[in-house]
Amino acid sequence: MKTVKHTIVALVENKPGVLNRIASKWRQRGFNIESLAVGHSEVPGLSRMTFVVDGATTDVEQVTKQLYKIIEIVKMNDLTDEDMVARELALIKVNATPANRGAVIEVVDIFRADIIDVSPESVIVQVTGAEDKVDAILEMLRPYGIRELVRTGRVAMTRGAAASIEGAEGAKPIRFRPAGEGKARVGSLL
Amino acid sequence: MKLNGAQIIMECLAREGTEVIFGLPGGANLPLYDALPSYPQIKHVLVRHEQCAAHAADAYARVTGKVGVCFATSGPGATNLVTGIANAWMDSVPMVAITGQVVTWLIGCDGFQEADITGITIPITKHNYLVLDVDELAYTVREAFYLAGTGRPGPVLIDVPRDVMQQQTEFHYPEKIEPRGYRPTVQGHPTQVKKAAQLIAESERPVILAGHGVILSRANDELRALAEKAHMPVIATLLGLGCFPGSHPLFMGMPGMHGMYWNNIAITESDLLVAIGMRFDDRITGRIKDFAPHAKIIHIDIDPAEIGKNIKPTVPIVGDVKNVLSALVEQVEPARHDAWLERIAEVRREHPSILIPENECLLPQFVIKKIYELSGPDAYYVTGVGQHQMWAAQFFWGDKPNSFVTSGGLGTMGFDVPAAMGVQFAYPKDLVWCISGDGSFQMTLQDLTTIVEHELPIKFAIINNGFLGMVRQWQTLFYGNRLVSTREFSPDYVKLAEGFGLVGLRVTDRAQVAPAIEKAMRHPGPVLIDFQVEGMEDCYPMVPPGASLAETIDQPKIEAPASSPRREKEKVRP
Repeated sequence: MKTVKHTIVALVENKPGVLNRIASKWRQRGFNIESLAVGHSEVPGLSRMTFVVDGATTDVEQVTKQLYKIIEIVKMNDLTDEDMVARELALIKVNATPANRGAVIEVVDIFRADIIDVSPESVIVQVTGAEDKVDAILEMLRPYGIRELVRTGRVAMTRGAAASIEGAEGAKPIRFRPAGEGKARVGSLL
Repeated sequence: MKLNGAQIIMECLAREGTEVIFGLPGGANLPLYDALPSYPQIKHVLVRHEQCAAHAADAYARVTGKVGVCFATSGPGATNLVTGIANAWMDSVPMVAITGQVVTWLIGCDGFQEADITGITIPITKHNYLVLDVDELAYTVREAFYLAGTGRPGPVLIDVPRDVMQQQTEFHYPEKIEPRGYRPTVQGHPTQVKKAAQLIAESERPVILAGHGVILSRANDELRALAEKAHMPVIATLLGLGCFPGSHPLFMGMPGMHGMYWNNIAITESDLLVAIGMRFDDRITGRIKDFAPHAKIIHIDIDPAEIGKNIKPTVPIVGDVKNVLSALVEQVEPARHDAWLERIAEVRREHPSILIPENECLLPQFVIKKIYELSGPDAYYVTGVGQHQMWAAQFFWGDKPNSFVTSGGLGTMGFDVPAAMGVQFAYPKDLVWCISGDGSFQMTLQDLTTIVEHELPIKFAIINNGFLGMVRQWQTLFYGNRLVSTREFSPDYVKLAEGFGLVGLRVTDRAQVAPAIEKAMRHPGPVLIDFQVEGMEDCYPMVPPGASLAETIDQPKIEAPASSPRREKEKVRP
């Protein structure tokens, strides 16, 4: 079976304990979550989460249905089959002495990344892009010696004017989409 | 109107129509108890252990359909509720638990009797709250009742620090609440209903599998109409018992691990399962890959997460069972399935499943069957968990919804005594039988005190086989009969009953069974009967763990069991 990384976005009420509830479901039901990014959304009081689930190891439909039972999750959508942009940001602290700094900068330029800090022995590289781009620059920088790495995990949004999650302001009643009628989309599936 | 937090909670409970609260006070919830006397319409029942408060509220909710309420203090009070909350969670029972918490400035400092009960109960509540602002209290209580009682019901916990209970504020009762992230789907999708009707019309060997959802949704009439119109046999899960009249010719009893043999065969041979308000528990399905191999499946449930969780249905319908069935009944074609019913009847004749051997032994099944025979159609039956529970379920063929109260999903031993208490508080004038095993009974028997204190006329039948019987049965069958830690010492139940203030009776042979039951029912107060039954009797039919329904063992032995090594006099402490 082909590995399908599902990108799921959720609007959640910004209340204490919400992450605990979500993590509790993941843990209890044995869902394998590859990345998670959380921050404010355009709606006051609602945070937006983007998480990535490996469809080969985890029943994505169960993930979304179980998560939707959390009262504070207001809306969810699986963007995997949508026309979307997905990005992550990484900070990479890489060895760069005066002798090889030029070579490091060359790699950074090729990837249209930025150097945002410099010291006599190292630089911090900031790179933004899809995961494979981050993986690629990491591969190129590895020979110089990576001292530290942090990745945000994927954030995603559908292209075009429509919102990634419909009706966030006044959540609509959820409806089950019959099996076989198009791809399961969480917003309408539940 | 200015009220303090505790008064706000009580005011909200009164407006929700709460009549009974089961609870136990302590330092952190004392303000709540201080507010109680101002609400004489709400009865508070002081339990002897918080687990009993939760189970009693749970059982009260099951039989009344209202939201059960229990109180506990912080720390150990709250953690003692946990088993009861988990029980309500697994069986989808509407319940609101209100716990005291240490004062806000001590939270997180490991204060005396502090426990992170909201953290602890996240996986076993539909939702929970730690209320840190007295102005949010009224809305929170209102929302908690709404969440507990709507959609797929479940327990909700509200944790309130003592100082929040003591703060004063202007009371505003929220008339309307609309949680943004909670809109249960109650109407089935018409296209899906139409497809379901089509499948039913095409089916030759249909079976209805009805669960707790039918009772929770009060869809008994709709279920009956559907079964009769399309002429489909009805099999009820353990928690579904009572959702369809037991005396109806289309009623087939329970399926699954200790269900009727003919039902397991019917499911295996059927070409269509209409699963209604049930969740394909592993005790129902047996080995899941061989479950109903020839059947298409219609799955009706209000919880979308149940659809496809264990079994992938052909036609899923998310919605409230009552609404979906009403729509479905209109669309199904009248049909007859006489040949199919005759096939099930044939299996039933060959494998009668619940025959009781005619002999001198005092068999547990005999006792339980006798209780049903003598108690009439209006009684309530509460069970613990174990062999006695399975026998009680097998022989329950009652007509009344909600009259069989048992712990299904969690299988909580010790549910029996407090649950019987909850049922009797709900229906003080009705006959309530508490059918217990000696193992189950000994887990919560301290609350006999509460029962005697409130003069609840519960009739306790202890099916006393001197063992943790179900565990012993598994040791016998699957662990080479090496009986380790399942032989159980019991107190002298007659003396124990007398000590608590109940009438105690002991029954040791068949001839005494009916007279003892009748005597218990005649007595106006609580009675405990110690039925000293055969120790080594096994519960059949049985689907061995890991086997498929087709491999159900009906009755390996019909003859009298060999005399068992149970009950010697020295077991009773002098």
